[in-house]
Amino acid sequence: MKNKRIVIYVAFGVILLLSPSFLNAYWVDVLNNVGLYTILALSLNIILGHAGLFHMGHAAFYALGAYTTAIINTTYHIPILWLLPVSGLVAGLAALVVARPIIHLRGDYLLIVTIGLVEIIRIALVNNVFGITGGSNGIFGISRPVLLGWKINKPWEFFYLIWGFAAVTIFLFDRLEKSRFGRALNYLREDDVAAEGSGINTAHYKLIAFVIGAFWAGMVGNIFAAKMTIIAPESFNFWESVVLFMIVLLGGRGSIPGVILGSFLVLGLPEIFRQFATARMLIFGAFMVVMMIFRTEGILPPLPRKYPIAKVLGREGSV
Amino acid sequence: MELFIQQLTNGLAVGGIYALIALGYTMVYGVLKLINFAHGDLFTIGAYLGLTLLTTLGLTNYLGPFGVVIVLALMVMGLVAIVGAALERVAYRPLRTSHRLSAVVSALGASIFFQNAVMLIYGARYKVYPHDILPRTAIHVFGLDIPLIRLLILLTSIVMMIGLYLFIQRTKIGTAIRAAAIDQGAAKLMGINVDRVIMIVFLIGPALGGAAGLMVGLYYGQINFTMGWLYGLKAFTAAILGGIGNIPGAMVGGLLLGVIEAMGAAYISIAWKDAIAFCVLILILIVRPTGLLGERVAEKI
Repeated sequence: MKNKRIVIYVAFGVILLLSPSFLNAYWVDVLNNVGLYTILALSLNIILGHAGLFHMGHAAFYALGAYTTAIINTTYHIPILWLLPVSGLVAGLAALVVARPIIHLRGDYLLIVTIGLVEIIRIALVNNVFGITGGSNGIFGISRPVLLGWKINKPWEFFYLIWGFAAVTIFLFDRLEKSRFGRALNYLREDDVAAEGSGINTAHYKLIAFVIGAFWAGMVGNIFAAKMTIIAPESFNFWESVVLFMIVLLGGRGSIPGVILGSFLVLGLPEIFRQFATARMLIFGAFMVVMMIFRTEGILPPLPRKYPIAKVLGREGSV
Repeated sequence: MELFIQQLTNGLAVGGIYALIALGYTMVYGVLKLINFAHGDLFTIGAYLGLTLLTTLGLTNYLGPFGVVIVLALMVMGLVAIVGAALERVAYRPLRTSHRLSAVVSALGASIFFQNAVMLIYGARYKVYPHDILPRTAIHVFGLDIPLIRLLILLTSIVMMIGLYLFIQRTKIGTAIRAAAIDQGAAKLMGINVDRVIMIVFLIGPALGGAAGLMVGLYYGQINFTMGWLYGLKAFTAAILGGIGNIPGAMVGGLLLGVIEAMGAAYISIAWKDAIAFCVLILILIVRPTGLLGERVAEKI
């Protein structure tokens, strides 16, 4: 069973890796968008899937990262990829400041506050706050990223940048969810009170999960700004947050393969059904309802954690 | 002072509309612990159905202006209630025992479905309500001219809210709804048909939302298929502001949000109107984490 899964993942990875060689520029660009949303949804997955916080404002941190990159790059001409950690830091710090007073809110109250957050940031961007965001026209003339002397310009070049970043993200987040930290998050998601009783500082863990997710979304914002070279507030509206929220829940909360599949479905299906033009979103809405009725835990829910006794004993023995 | 009164009445009228929609959110939440994201689109459907009935039935030939509006409102409420009940049956009932977030995705899917269905049927452009339904007169109070329609909207929404409050507090069905909201299992053991209670909630909530849609059409004169998102979001904010699951809370939250928005637009900045509303919400939730009238419920252990 496990081997079968690995074979499927490897086959999928190889096909994806080779896909720019047989797809035209349009479809490569679609895959680039899927890649960006995959990374964003994986970062949201830490907050929503693992920590179980109802966060519907992820686009706010994505926007902060993108605008940080755009403003610094267009005014000081610092290369894009150097700004990758800076964008992450700005978004992460913002999350720390904002989330500190609201993290204790119960489920639905947190949901509306995060929705409010995304709206406040969008309105601030539209109103050209501090005179640096360019109002509703946004910021243009963002330079292209240069990686080891190679200027990344064409869709297929971005494809490898984005999916390379996605691969790193998948590796790191996989380690994270298997760590003590990941287990603590799952515990407090399942039972807040019991987790607190077992000595987990729930507010602290929730806050860290929030900051990690926001940090990552900020970095995706950096790549998005570089890819588009022009950003505007409308790219970061409430609807984007809803899309990310749907990807995580449709794919499977807390499951990395599920979230990846979810991004392919949510972004890919409307593209594939483009010939139905106006009716495609109607079908998509109905599809979501049907999907949730028949697969309530998402399409690929996470496998249960397993601790084979032999392995545990072996580890104990070696200590 | 004149600006203040004008903005206050305007805010109260818009707030009344928010409150009517918020009641739908809060009632469904009270019984099912579900955020019905499709509720905003039921409101849109109400606005469009009102327009269709108004232009096809020719009621204005038989009835006076107020008669038209009352008959129209009753028809719209009935039709939207049926849509709401169908929505519950198809999209929410199969998910009743599963995780809460699964139902949220189903609700979002239903919302996308309704929004696009309205777009396909009526087209993506703004639709205009005939503007001669209600007399465009203003009422003279304290030396100020306040549009009649504004007062009518406020009055109607308050009457509906009082009616709902009495229904929930005084009737047998209302008691059953309150019982199901407190503990579904215990309510079942006491012989309450919880499925029927939920069905009734999904008839009342959308009916009020549909009425609100009709009011927006009459008040602003134009409607669009995407307007349900914004009004739904505002109404949900209002429901949370008052404490979700709490019926008087939704009324207070709606009126308060309407007034805050109108005042913010008039005295601070119209461009920041929505941001001000959300900032106030966040500040209130930091101080009172369960809303203004929400009870401080301890988490079940």
